[in-house]
Amino acid sequence: MPFSKNQMDPDPPEDSPSNSTNSEGANAPQSPFPDEVLEKVLSFIDSHKDRSSVSLVRKDWYNAERWTRAKLFIGNCYAVSPEIVARRFPRIKSVILKGKPRFSDFNMLPRDWGANVHSWLVVFAKVYPFLEELRLKRMFVTDESLELLAKSFPGFKALSLLSCDGFSGNGLKAIVSHCRNLTELDIQDCVTEDFAGDWLSSFPENFASLEILNFASLNSEVSFDDLERLVSQCKSLRVLKVNESITLDLLQRLLMHASQLTELGTGSFSQELTPRQYEEIERAFSNCKNLQVLSGLWEASSLYLPLIYGACAGLTFLNLSDVALQSGEFAKLLAYCPNLRRLWVTDTVEDKGLEAVGSTCPLLEELRVFPADPYDRDQRDGVTEVGFLAVSRGCRKLHYVLYFCRRMTNAAVVTIVRNCPNFTHFRLCIMNPREPDYLTNGPMDEGFGAVAKTCTKLKRLSISGLLTDLTFEYIGKYAKNLETLSVAFAGSSDRGMQYVLEGCPKLRKLEIRDCPFGNAALLSGRGKYEMMRSLWMSSCAVTIKGCRLLAKEKPGLNVEVISEEENDESQADKVYVYRSVAGPRRDAPPFVITF
Amino acid sequence: MSPPLLGVEGQSQCNVSFMASSASEDYISQNGLGLKERNYLGLSDCSSVDSSAVSSVAEENKNNLNLKATELRLGLPGSQSPERESDFSLLSSVKLDEKQLFPLVPSKDGICSLPQKNIVSGNKRGFADTVDGFSESKATMFTEGNWIFNAAGSGSDSGQPKLSGNVLSNRSSGTQSDIKAEAPVKATQKCDNKTNGSNTNSAPAAKAQVVGWPPIRSFRKNTLSTTSKNNEEVDGKPGPGALFVKVSMDGAPYLRKVDLRTYSTYQELSSALEKMFSCFIIGQCGSQGAPGREMLSESKLKDLLHGSEYVLTYEDKDGDWMLVGDVPWGMFIASCKRLKIMKGSDAIGLAPRAVEKSKNRN
Repeated sequence: MPFSKNQMDPDPPEDSPSNSTNSEGANAPQSPFPDEVLEKVLSFIDSHKDRSSVSLVRKDWYNAERWTRAKLFIGNCYAVSPEIVARRFPRIKSVILKGKPRFSDFNMLPRDWGANVHSWLVVFAKVYPFLEELRLKRMFVTDESLELLAKSFPGFKALSLLSCDGFSGNGLKAIVSHCRNLTELDIQDCVTEDFAGDWLSSFPENFASLEILNFASLNSEVSFDDLERLVSQCKSLRVLKVNESITLDLLQRLLMHASQLTELGTGSFSQELTPRQYEEIERAFSNCKNLQVLSGLWEASSLYLPLIYGACAGLTFLNLSDVALQSGEFAKLLAYCPNLRRLWVTDTVEDKGLEAVGSTCPLLEELRVFPADPYDRDQRDGVTEVGFLAVSRGCRKLHYVLYFCRRMTNAAVVTIVRNCPNFTHFRLCIMNPREPDYLTNGPMDEGFGAVAKTCTKLKRLSISGLLTDLTFEYIGKYAKNLETLSVAFAGSSDRGMQYVLEGCPKLRKLEIRDCPFGNAALLSGRGKYEMMRSLWMSSCAVTIKGCRLLAKEKPGLNVEVISEEENDESQADKVYVYRSVAGPRRDAPPFVITF
Repeated sequence: MSPPLLGVEGQSQCNVSFMASSASEDYISQNGLGLKERNYLGLSDCSSVDSSAVSSVAEENKNNLNLKATELRLGLPGSQSPERESDFSLLSSVKLDEKQLFPLVPSKDGICSLPQKNIVSGNKRGFADTVDGFSESKATMFTEGNWIFNAAGSGSDSGQPKLSGNVLSNRSSGTQSDIKAEAPVKATQKCDNKTNGSNTNSAPAAKAQVVGWPPIRSFRKNTLSTTSKNNEEVDGKPGPGALFVKVSMDGAPYLRKVDLRTYSTYQELSSALEKMFSCFIIGQCGSQGAPGREMLSESKLKDLLHGSEYVLTYEDKDGDWMLVGDVPWGMFIASCKRLKIMKGSDAIGLAPRAVEKSKNRN
């Protein structure tokens, strides 16, 4: 396998790791400095992209790099195998491992699709006894795996599970009771069945090393006494995010022990309070002088929001996506947060609320607006182009936006990117598929075209609304830094997809659903997919035959199909294409066709 | 296909009499219980309903019986405006299977509504129609005073935005296990006559739901609210906001459940409970010697309800029985574990004044 340019995953290895002095022939120039020096210098390089580049320079650099790499980043667990990784990198202490394609977040993949972490842990247990950190995203993690993890690495410090599933409280119990040096337990957005909360009580008696604890998305009731003891003992605790079972009065007691927190996720924020309790809680919040990140606030109402005012002066990230605020109380709260850089809200704040954002948050860099009523049950308005415009006028530093709305216009989008040309992430979701421009009733081509053209730093783009091939032509022509593109219900013909494949040199992830792109479009990217992490196509016009052809032409790609039927002419419902040095995966469930 | 009926055996006359309604003029002009037949799901009438239910209602009213609406269904939340009839038949032509009864169509879920701009009567689809039917006739039929409780500081209720249902943010209501259940309907039916938040009077087109769209994450399924675990949502999993509590009534043969989060004021709750339990009051008129159920005139019903001495109480977190209405709404729903409709005489220990009040009405 040749070395490829932009890859994020570990390079395919040479036949066997060899010493620079042995493998270089007489013609190769000697290295100007000894290996030890090179290794020492390289040990300062952290970024895996840089390390990838380093390893491509020459063989001795490749070797020096592999011996000094301590952090592993694997963007697609199926792109490489644990054995290959273990062979190349002997001294790993920290691993980031990502599994399922992103659309699995939206229930587009059956539960047992794969990405089971267990086989990785078995190899790591043998090869990396000094492993300290494991960060998993969209992986399937069983209790058995967590137990293996807990028992195999005596120095284990940090576990982070993002969008994972498959485990229960028993697995957490194992981690918590065996990992004596645990500093981080961070569980976010995980799909978990109801399970008992006694895992928290399994921390050893005098345990004091925790710095990060996040169990906000777990629905188990934990023993408050044990939690309080834990928090009071862990003097270095800086991140605490509790779940809804912790009420305001209990939270106050925790805050008494942990006023040094920099990140706080509250529990349930609605409770009968006596005036005395109210005061105490207010004081507890005011004592948190170091707070930078605040989230949770479930069921917070205008009655109780003022409790947090005293803690907001230093806030840089306010996450209100779990609470349905109205514009009035939201605006009042914003007045206390002059330093906001990141803001997540629900669209119950409406355009009026976003106008308040525009006028009070000049430092804002990231805005995410989530829909309170995504399935349109209550016919609520949410936000429109008006709110987005207001934000763009007031927040000139905005570079990341995720915006769910029900109507938008080309004119607004054009103005927005003129106001904020520095977008790196532009994710606009007009929730009704194929929704036209609200004013002109035409396609949203010009709006997204303006985004591609004006935002030269654009790395990530999600498009929506009524879109023809013209949008893709614009993207292919202008979005030269684009790395991730998400497309739904858009395009008129194969040309659309082809424009993007031909035009975007840095494209790494392309995910498409419900578009009229067929085999011709799929195959036109045959030379490109090996330079990308992955391609996802679902409910498009691709057939099994097209997938088979692609797989045949490109042995370096894994082409996987989920489909109702298996004959050549039938539509391939879900297509997942990714480069891999590990060959077709052997753990594919029966409903996944691998070629 | 006949829809399942909840407690068919126990189906008493009650169901029929109060659950049906119509928004039409007929309603009032007829004998107070003019019931309009509705073909709710585009399904044919279930004959079993005819036989058991009819006996309780006047012969004259029989042809106005809304049989579908009177069926107690294992409730998926839905309070629909009467105009929805047409929407449902539209939908039924799209897919007609068991899933119809637990429609993926986002109907007017009681659960999912945030600040109520109209009265949501509760989450059982069976009597959803009553909402609209009663909105005009409400003033004449069921007045606030029927349920005796203190409507404490109505001002404190109004400002509360209720986060209901699973509607929040990055939560989709679909779950992985439901993938197979959700038929991937590609086309969405656009609603042209969207009105702003007014659930009752608009006729929004039933939107077919598309799998995985909008792209919202579904990582949070269950909430800690113990009662919500019993809640089957449209999409299969309860949302973070549902707060179901049992409602019992002295003398009623079975209990009901309401989702407190679908209401934002005591007023709404009381109206909903009135509607839910009025049948038991009507049922008692027979035993009190009223001339049977034949001619339940509007005025007669009014008398009955005015004369009722019912008090609404609740059990709070500490296990104490309290009178509903003393504390701000938000506090109430935070501490309410179950509701009970007591006879005024039983409620003496709770609020002597309240009982006085009821006596004075007569």
